[in-house]
Amino acid sequence: MRETRSTCPYCGVGCGVIIESDGAQITGVRGDPDHPANFGRLCTKGSTLHLTASPAVQQTCRLLQPQWRAERGGAMQPLGWDAALELAADRLAATIDSHGPDSVGFYLSGQMLTEDYYVYNKLMKGLIGSNNVDTNSRLCMSSAVAGYKRTLGADAPPCSYEDLALADTVFIAGSNAAWAHPILFRRLEDARRAKPDQRWIVVDTRRTETAEGADLFLQICPGTDVALFHGMLSVIFAEQLADLAWLAQHTSGIESLHEILRGWNAERAAEICGIRLADLVQAARWFAQADRAGGATLSLYCQGLNQSSAGTDKNAALIHLHLATAQIGRPGAGPFSLTGQPNAMGGREVGGLANLLSAHRDLANPMHRAEVAALWGLPSVPEQPGLSAVEMFQAAAAGQLQALWIVCTNPAQSLPDQATVQRALQRCPFVVLQDAYATTATAPFADLLLPATTWGEKVGTVTNSERRISRVRAAIPAPGEARHDWAIGVEFAHRLEQRLPQNLHGQTTLFPYDLGDAERGAEQIWQEHRESTRGRDLDITGLSWDMLDRDGPQQWPLPEGADSGRVRLYADGHFPTPDGRARFVAIDYRPVAEPTSVEYPIALNTGRLRDQWHGMSRTGTLGRLFGHVPEPVVELHPQTLSEAGVSEGDLVRLRSPRGGLVLPARASTDLAPGQAWIPMHWGGDVLGGQDLDGRPMPGVNGLTQPASCPHSKQPELKHAAVSLQPAGLGWQMVALVWLPQAQALAAREALKPLLAQCAFAVCLPFGREPHAGGLSGVLLRAAEAEPATAEQAQALRGWLDRVQTLLGLGSRQALSYEDARRARRRMVQYQAENDTSPLQDRSGGRPLSGLLLAGDTQSESWLRTLLLDELPAEALGRGLLAPVRQASAHLAPRSPQVCSCFNVSEQAIREQLGHCSGNADQRLAGLQGALKCGTQCGSCLPTLRRLVAESLQAA
Amino acid sequence: MPQKLRLVLIGNGMAGVRTLEELLKIAPDLYEITVFGAEPHPNYNRILLSPVLAGEQTLEQIILNPLEWYAAHGIRLHLGAWVTNVNRAGQRVRAETADGQVIEARYDRLLIATGSTPFIPPLPGRELEGVISYRDIADTEAMIEAARTHRHAVVIGGGLLGLEAANGLKLRGMKVTVVHLAPWLLDRQLDPQAARLLQRSLESRGLNFRVHTQTEALLAGEGEAASRVRAVRFKDGSEVPADLVVMAAGIRPNTALAESMGLLCRRGIVVSDTLQTVTDPRIYAVGECAAHRGIAYGLVAPLFEQGRVCATHLAEVGLGRYVGSEVSTKLKVTGIDLFSAGDFMGGEGSEDIVLSDPFDGVYKKLVLRGDRLVGACLYGDTADGSWYFRLIRECRSVAAFRDQLMFGEAALPALPQGGPAAVATDAQVALAA
Repeated sequence: MRETRSTCPYCGVGCGVIIESDGAQITGVRGDPDHPANFGRLCTKGSTLHLTASPAVQQTCRLLQPQWRAERGGAMQPLGWDAALELAADRLAATIDSHGPDSVGFYLSGQMLTEDYYVYNKLMKGLIGSNNVDTNSRLCMSSAVAGYKRTLGADAPPCSYEDLALADTVFIAGSNAAWAHPILFRRLEDARRAKPDQRWIVVDTRRTETAEGADLFLQICPGTDVALFHGMLSVIFAEQLADLAWLAQHTSGIESLHEILRGWNAERAAEICGIRLADLVQAARWFAQADRAGGATLSLYCQGLNQSSAGTDKNAALIHLHLATAQIGRPGAGPFSLTGQPNAMGGREVGGLANLLSAHRDLANPMHRAEVAALWGLPSVPEQPGLSAVEMFQAAAAGQLQALWIVCTNPAQSLPDQATVQRALQRCPFVVLQDAYATTATAPFADLLLPATTWGEKVGTVTNSERRISRVRAAIPAPGEARHDWAIGVEFAHRLEQRLPQNLHGQTTLFPYDLGDAERGAEQIWQEHRESTRGRDLDITGLSWDMLDRDGPQQWPLPEGADSGRVRLYADGHFPTPDGRARFVAIDYRPVAEPTSVEYPIALNTGRLRDQWHGMSRTGTLGRLFGHVPEPVVELHPQTLSEAGVSEGDLVRLRSPRGGLVLPARASTDLAPGQAWIPMHWGGDVLGGQDLDGRPMPGVNGLTQPASCPHSKQPELKHAAVSLQPAGLGWQMVALVWLPQAQALAAREALKPLLAQCAFAVCLPFGREPHAGGLSGVLLRAAEAEPATAEQAQALRGWLDRVQTLLGLGSRQALSYEDARRARRRMVQYQAENDTSPLQDRSGGRPLSGLLLAGDTQSESWLRTLLLDELPAEALGRGLLAPVRQASAHLAPRSPQVCSCFNVSEQAIREQLGHCSGNADQRLAGLQGALKCGTQCGSCLPTLRRLVAESLQAA
Repeated sequence: MPQKLRLVLIGNGMAGVRTLEELLKIAPDLYEITVFGAEPHPNYNRILLSPVLAGEQTLEQIILNPLEWYAAHGIRLHLGAWVTNVNRAGQRVRAETADGQVIEARYDRLLIATGSTPFIPPLPGRELEGVISYRDIADTEAMIEAARTHRHAVVIGGGLLGLEAANGLKLRGMKVTVVHLAPWLLDRQLDPQAARLLQRSLESRGLNFRVHTQTEALLAGEGEAASRVRAVRFKDGSEVPADLVVMAAGIRPNTALAESMGLLCRRGIVVSDTLQTVTDPRIYAVGECAAHRGIAYGLVAPLFEQGRVCATHLAEVGLGRYVGSEVSTKLKVTGIDLFSAGDFMGGEGSEDIVLSDPFDGVYKKLVLRGDRLVGACLYGDTADGSWYFRLIRECRSVAAFRDQLMFGEAALPALPQGGPAAVATDAQVALAA
């Protein structure tokens, strides 16, 4: 076995991993005990990474060779790399020749490595001569970037993870870190355990698991963050909690902000935010450490601030609080933006956005442009800002782009206003998709698919939220013909250089990197990047790959001559602005871009699930990561449900001015009446369905809106006005099938076209890899109007037949029931005799291998228990087909899974708590001792604490 | 005390004697009763001949009315007596016994229950020794004997009777082939899916089948055996050996006597809803020989229903009307449960609900028209057959429990007051009168 140190490819915490492999195959993963981000810990997602690189996944889901199609809608044909790159170079050269460099757009990803990013940025801005290069970081961090730059002068999170343990007040705004940054949240929990008087203030529109742990929870109305921060700032000034001396010495602009603050007081802010005045005042006092002289306040914030039409203002208004109280530049203090993606930071460092240049330089700054041009040996780099993510797709939809090159991201899932995005992908004459996966929602739009390496295969560096650069190393060779993203860019660039020799300005090539040795090639690129940082805020001229290998991950800045990176920025009160002072910005509260109305009365918010990541092209390969939240639902307050005449579990139709979505409703008091919440993961590749006019619905982002922050261009993914009505789809079906993993993955792909044919459809995995029998589950759920005519019933049966064929249901080994005219069909199938399922007691006969319920799904809950838990089912015989809500045997509905690592259900935990006594900690320890839940990755600890607290209340 | 009326019953079988039983319950003293029976046995349960053949019951066990019963009710019983002539004008019946004895009886009411006769297809060789039909105790005894002395049997006709005969012969050690003209077995009782399950099950018991096969001839042996059947040849030229050929290709109403009496016969003796012959109101006909509304029933349940109505009229309290029967079928082969009733084939305008359980060998089909159950075909699990049968006869809407229908009466949630079982129908009201 070989061990390779690398990083986790999910969130921006940037945990170190040790990948175990046999040289050809990744066999295991564990947290790197020496990595300063996680010290050996991993979350549910990180600890299952190796399972996402199983042979079945590699063979079924990966893009393993270049493919192209001669015409849209046609089948993909494999072709060799040379042919693929020649094709791409010909098309792009021709496009640039006839339409100019700005007719091309590159859309990149915060999951690319710094070296990948560097090459594509240079390719576009240096060789092609356009700034139309943007990334999905635009959807994620650009408001944080703009917020830092407007106030502090540079895009640099000034804090470190160690500040979590040093803070006296932790102010968490717009972040459900318990789910989105689990390892960081573990550290925060540790901190409070070690320092019991650490206070948490959580600001969110939803009572999240992060909020569960708060000492003070401010459940504000959507989009009112600036009002809250201004209100708090008013209190801070009114109660003389500001550090006026520091402020006078180290900041500017407070006067113009005071003009605006005159219109604000705590009462007005509390009213706009929909919170109690006392809570707002309390938050301001705790923030300003009114009762703890010298106490440190740390802010943690994420998409709740960033994904907003006032995203930059929200960031700035929060940073104002730190500036007013001098809570910056010292241990335990500062505004700490939590990065969403593993290398959004690295992307920003190399200037991989349409308005940035290398090493935090600004496109708008002529000196910066000249510096970059000089570094690249070019007379100039283009001045005109490029198209940002949303603009790029709007331009393509308007016919203004002739070629789109998409790398490592899934815009047909993740961008807002999918109607426009999909029109863009259809209209743009040439779409290249470079990805590790063949299964994303964007793939069907591509003309050319280029296979890229991914986690466990890539070589380079990434930077995490605390400015820490880690090495990414390959544990196994690239599968199939996949190549590193940077190498694809370089090889393409070489070909394009031949076609655009005038753009070289006398140089042989702009990309003189070793393609034969990936380690060496990547290091060469990195060294070029390093040189670009000289003298900049992120100066890493003192860092080398040798140092990273020898001393481990390092924080920037680390200029030449330094032994180590800087833990904390701005300790000296000097800021990277022209006058060295941090800035207060004259900003005022602006409400959400699309307020609710009579027609669209519900405020839709989107967010993250604990065990999923982004568009799920990786996490979506594992059934076990669907144990926590098995299926898409829209969460609504019970009052909102009853006003709409909807019961829990009913399908509802949501509509925004841009599109629609059908989902089951789930009652939740975590959000306020009049609000809706849908996880951002549910895109058109898992969630199908048709709008009322018969158009396919592309998932949650069919509803969201493109309105963006004017400064950061980040779209307001966290608020759209929607309407809600019962979907009125009386005919419902569900199919659950165990299949060998590769077959299960293939079946899901094959089912995708069928999802768009129903009014509602969703297809997801379930299961618990690694399954002893190598099985993995496929769940398909769909709904339609009750068939009114025989023809409609026949059409539904035809659709069911196709589903069954793809799921291998309905062999001679199936028990079946069918009322054809009403399209009622029920079917159960047993596992084969020779199956290796973990079942010990076989007295009740074989467990189920699959089931299908169509037209009437009321027996689903107990059948699902039988199937998922692989319980003996054969003895129930034809009773399995009966349309009854409860089984004749004692089968409880399956309890939700809490602990993903040890597959512990809420029911089991509640039962165990019945035997636990003592205080909360003793009970939790008792639980962990008996069931092991929460003892591995710890992602479920917030839930466990809530259940413990409930048991204490009951006791 | 006035002299009793005279009732003569021709045919000492299940339909006729059941009518007498019903009559005696209502009006025990109204008639002086005379019964003529061609067979030398008191009334026995013809349906149970198959278990006798299969060796599961004895002849004694299937006797329904022992001689003492006739005596106890003062019934004059003439066994082995063939009625040769009825003088309707003189209201007299004339019969002969095998030894030439002539018996005469006068009647005020005459009840004809002559049953049916096997249909013998006009095949070359049908007169050969070893070729028999399957109708009565004599036939059964002949088969039992043949099974003792011969090896190969062919049953022509894969209907209920043919399959029961084949099963019995197999159990008695013969190698049996069933020849069936239609595309699937029991084509009047089962749909193709159920028939396929049945065939598979019977094949696993060692029976052989030639389904969808037409017989061309019965072939005689050679030399000394020239008088006995040797083989059966099919249209396609193939042959199977046969020392015994059982004709079970259907039955025909036995109307020879009625026709000689000048009674209107059309696929049976034509009777009214009171089971009186349309030709002569003194004469009644029940059972397989009678044609009611164009139908001559060959199953036992309708005959009993006819008997009940007929008895009330004979008892002169007749208010009831026989309006016809829905029939249901069961096969008396141990270990094989099948049931069908009504329009189980469905077709244009009907809707099927189907359940299949290949592990238990169960297949069920329910046929609906609109909101009504009109047919059922059950194989392997017939527990709910009688419930379905009732629903079919009651013509009641099943819309409210359509989704539960397949899972039986026990699976029904509490239905509104007066669930299906509680609803009396026209037919039941009529019969109860």
